[in-house]
Amino acid sequence: MRRRVLGQGPSNDGSRRVLGLLVLAALTVITLDSRAGSDSPLDPLRSAVGAVIGPAESATAAVTRPFADAISAMQTNKSLRSDVATLSAENSRLRGEVSTGPLDRQRLAELDGLTRTTEETGYSLVAARVVAIGPVQSFTRSVTIDAGTSSGITKNMTVLNNDGLVGRVVQVTSSTATVLLIADTESVVGARLGTNREIGFLRGRGAIADSGRLDLELVDNAVVPSAGDVVVTWGSENGVPYVAGIPIGRVESVTSSPRQSSRIAVIEPFADFSALDVVGVVVPRGTTGDRPVLSPGGITPGGAR
Amino acid sequence: MTALRNAALVAVVGVAIVFQAVVLRYVSVDGVVANLALVLVVVVAISRGSQFAAAFGFVAGLMLDLAPPADHVAGRWALALILVGYLAGKVRQDARASPLAAVAVVGAMSFVGTSVFALSGVVLSDGALPVDLTLRVIAISVLWDVMLAPLLVPVLLRLVDRLDGDTTTSPALMPALRGN
Repeated sequence: MRRRVLGQGPSNDGSRRVLGLLVLAALTVITLDSRAGSDSPLDPLRSAVGAVIGPAESATAAVTRPFADAISAMQTNKSLRSDVATLSAENSRLRGEVSTGPLDRQRLAELDGLTRTTEETGYSLVAARVVAIGPVQSFTRSVTIDAGTSSGITKNMTVLNNDGLVGRVVQVTSSTATVLLIADTESVVGARLGTNREIGFLRGRGAIADSGRLDLELVDNAVVPSAGDVVVTWGSENGVPYVAGIPIGRVESVTSSPRQSSRIAVIEPFADFSALDVVGVVVPRGTTGDRPVLSPGGITPGGAR
Repeated sequence: MTALRNAALVAVVGVAIVFQAVVLRYVSVDGVVANLALVLVVVVAISRGSQFAAAFGFVAGLMLDLAPPADHVAGRWALALILVGYLAGKVRQDARASPLAAVAVVGAMSFVGTSVFALSGVVLSDGALPVDLTLRVIAISVLWDVMLAPLLVPVLLRLVDRLDGDTTTSPALMPALRGN
């Protein structure tokens, strides 16, 4: 009864005309957005959609998190196991937490780690949680976090977690922000080798699974990074978009092809982009907002352990 | 009434987008999740035909392009979903005829949509991956959509048909909306 048979002929023509118009509209949007660079005319629209979808994502994440925790606690994924094994070998403190503690204690440890990070680096942090992850079929690696301008977050701030550098803020609404992960192909980070202070540029490969590696291209061709070298951020003026001295990852291997003049070091990132939860956003000192700011000396580090 | 029904459809897309970004990430395969917005556009095409579905694909795609975690050039999903809506509408009679055909249409459209999106990325050099990785992402994405189609299509089809129903059904429309 609901089925309506479309007449052939004129309606077919009309439908084709509509298709043409819509494709034209889409191409216009693409042109507007890609030509404008950093100051897109679509930004107001983006903020408007973000202002509605962002809080909805935060709310949905809050409701569904307990169920997801139950699932992830039971997960026997092979890659997850090997990740846990590697991490626990690296970090005996975390090992105890992972194998015995419930998930909330892990989160506490992550927050605690963030507090310690502020002590070590001298940066002030706002803690936030990842509420949504962009699907890989959009070929972009980005996540939504549940803190925005009301917590003092603005565009181009550094985002890190307990393990190392995560990414930078690219979009922000009043209560949420979008973070571009360093694993994204569009992401370029100025990086420095920990041992010999050599600088280079770090690019993402866009994949987050086991192959979630980063490529480091060194400025000086003569330098051969050795496997196991730690890579940290090199930092830029005023800490925009990346502040200096945040650990990123470790050199896994070095490749050089005769065709390319430069050497590429493959970096294994410290942060696990497929299991992001609590992250910290680096904010200028003295920032005030609707959530606490962890700053050096501001919060005492976790008790005896 | 038509405006209200269209607004309801847009709200359903919003729910689908939030759901795929927040909930489905826990079951993602290498970060790839089912594209619920795309499945919804196919269902709307089966229910209402090419013309409406192409317009609906534009709106749904633009929302996907602008909703928070997205950071690609806006309009790319819009372009992909316009074509998905249009093509799926062309074969709607067959897709209505049998559930198996509907699943096949979802699979084919998932392939078309994700491929068009990936190609637009190559053309604009916006977040393009190497070919082998791209094909892998497309394959996983199609598998996801085909896997969920037998569960999603009947439910969504009933919902969309209901929203399309006669104008006196506004009390009946509310539970359908709330159920989603």
